[in-house]
Amino acid sequence: MWSHLLRRVLIGIPTLWVIITICFFLMRLTPGGPFDFEAPVPPEIMANLRARYHLDEPLWQQYLSYIWHLLQGDLGPSFKEKDFTVGELIAQSLPVSFQNGLSAMVLALLIGIPAGIFAALRQNKASDYVVSGLSMTGIVVPTFVTSQLAILIFGVWLKDTAFHLPAGGWDNGKFQNRILPVICLALPYIAYIARLMRGSMIETLRANFIRTARAKGLPYHAIIVRHALKTALMPVVTYLGPTTAFILTGSMVIETIFQIPGIGRYFVLGALNRNYTLVMGVTIVSAALIILMNILVDLIYRVLDPKVRHE
Amino acid sequence: MSDVIFEGQPAGRSLWQDAWHRLSANKAAVVSLVILIVIALVSIFGPYFLPWRYDEIDWNHVEALPPNFALGHYLGTDTVGRDLLARTLMGGRVSLTVGLLATSVALIIGITVGSIAGFVGARVDQALMRFVDIMYVVPFTFLVIILMVMFGRNFVLMFIAIGAVEWLTMARIVRGQTLTLKHKEFIDAARASGGSTTNIILRHIIPNVLGVVIVYVTLTIPQVILFESFLSFLGLGVQEPMTSWGVLINEGAAELEINPRTLIVPAAFMTITLFCFNFLGDGLRDALDPNDR
Repeated sequence: MWSHLLRRVLIGIPTLWVIITICFFLMRLTPGGPFDFEAPVPPEIMANLRARYHLDEPLWQQYLSYIWHLLQGDLGPSFKEKDFTVGELIAQSLPVSFQNGLSAMVLALLIGIPAGIFAALRQNKASDYVVSGLSMTGIVVPTFVTSQLAILIFGVWLKDTAFHLPAGGWDNGKFQNRILPVICLALPYIAYIARLMRGSMIETLRANFIRTARAKGLPYHAIIVRHALKTALMPVVTYLGPTTAFILTGSMVIETIFQIPGIGRYFVLGALNRNYTLVMGVTIVSAALIILMNILVDLIYRVLDPKVRHE
Repeated sequence: MSDVIFEGQPAGRSLWQDAWHRLSANKAAVVSLVILIVIALVSIFGPYFLPWRYDEIDWNHVEALPPNFALGHYLGTDTVGRDLLARTLMGGRVSLTVGLLATSVALIIGITVGSIAGFVGARVDQALMRFVDIMYVVPFTFLVIILMVMFGRNFVLMFIAIGAVEWLTMARIVRGQTLTLKHKEFIDAARASGGSTTNIILRHIIPNVLGVVIVYVTLTIPQVILFESFLSFLGLGVQEPMTSWGVLINEGAAELEINPRTLIVPAAFMTITLFCFNFLGDGLRDALDPNDR
């Protein structure tokens, strides 16, 4: 098992390098740059700016120096936010995204899994259709619609009531400021997890080992909780790996709409401004997270599935 | 040579006839299919029958007009006086096209890679699947955004980029199916009668994996349409005056408080379409999945 783990980590490193290289050249080879200002800038100033950030050097030299700095943990200076390094920006914004993402994920699991089981146990009854219909709605309505709707309801219409919630902003992470973003972020995940859980629970309940458990005369809840749940959770675990990595690196939509200083918003701003180093930094962090999460899922799989464990 | 071997032989039923039978028993799936066909037809031909073009501004009413039959604005206009129905239908054309084309790209790459990896096996399989594993780690949302920013909002690039993301899962699914098919008797028979590898993959493997692939396709199209709307939200969707459901919904969401109609109309079209694709996909899965028999 440890050798397997080691191999996964070792594969991760060249993978990261390939991603970094692709991103680097993709961004540098296209026209435009971080210093395309609205008003024309005198050529001397432009040359100074470019020299300051080493943009006047040949591309391969820039690439090598980027990799060299990266190996020392230096993601470079930010082109737009003066006096900030990309490392500092990420260190500031990642915890914000992490907290929101983790809260949303926990919320999604707490609601999604029971809802899915509930629907599976009442397959093709009215309550199943209600849960399935709701979860389908959660999947097909885009987040930017639900969050703008939530802002309209709780931020504007209910302004003078006890249910009023701030329509945006972070305010150093006040509880009221977190409620709407976290719920809106969680909605599609709740929906997806419920759907996934329902499907796999229905399938598991048809399996032979469940029939055996039933034949032994075990009580119904014991069959569900002790036998079926573990197997039925597998697809959810698979889904959780990359999804958690994605949700932790910040929802671009939620963070833009609610004006939360998270990493997703920095990425959007960075990409639109061609802030090369910032975009690279965020991409590297998120790729590393995905690799990490996939390894983690692998480990959880081994705990849950005896078939994989003994391979 | 005739298929009938002796008189009174019961008519055989192919997998597809069987599946069609079961699909048509599923009311939700059939209704979804009909609605999808209607939406597609209306999006394709509807704009030709409307009095207003999608990019035409009604200069007498440069404002969000409520539905007005006398002027030919059946669902009203948007804030700059363009006909909402015409724009929604045009947006439907674009969104559905992006969904279909991106999925086709994914389909072609996925089937090719998956069937070759599964059928040829050994080192080829190892190499291809390792590559797929590596690609899974790439944060594609980020990459697509970088692509769209760098190369401009290019329609062709958009569906190629999305397709390049979606083929991975397709390849895995097709490979898995191919592996189970590979040792079946009919493949051995084809090989014994001298079929080449290419021939066997094209004539015997691919037709047999299509069932699973179709299910995946119906579930991928709505995802692509959603992803397109996400790009539109970031301002990276198709360029004005051309429009898509994503662009329209994004514009409408900004006007939500004053003119909810500009959100509701395109959002209704899009959500209904996505709903139908999902229901159809579920129905197809039930109809085609061999495990359920």
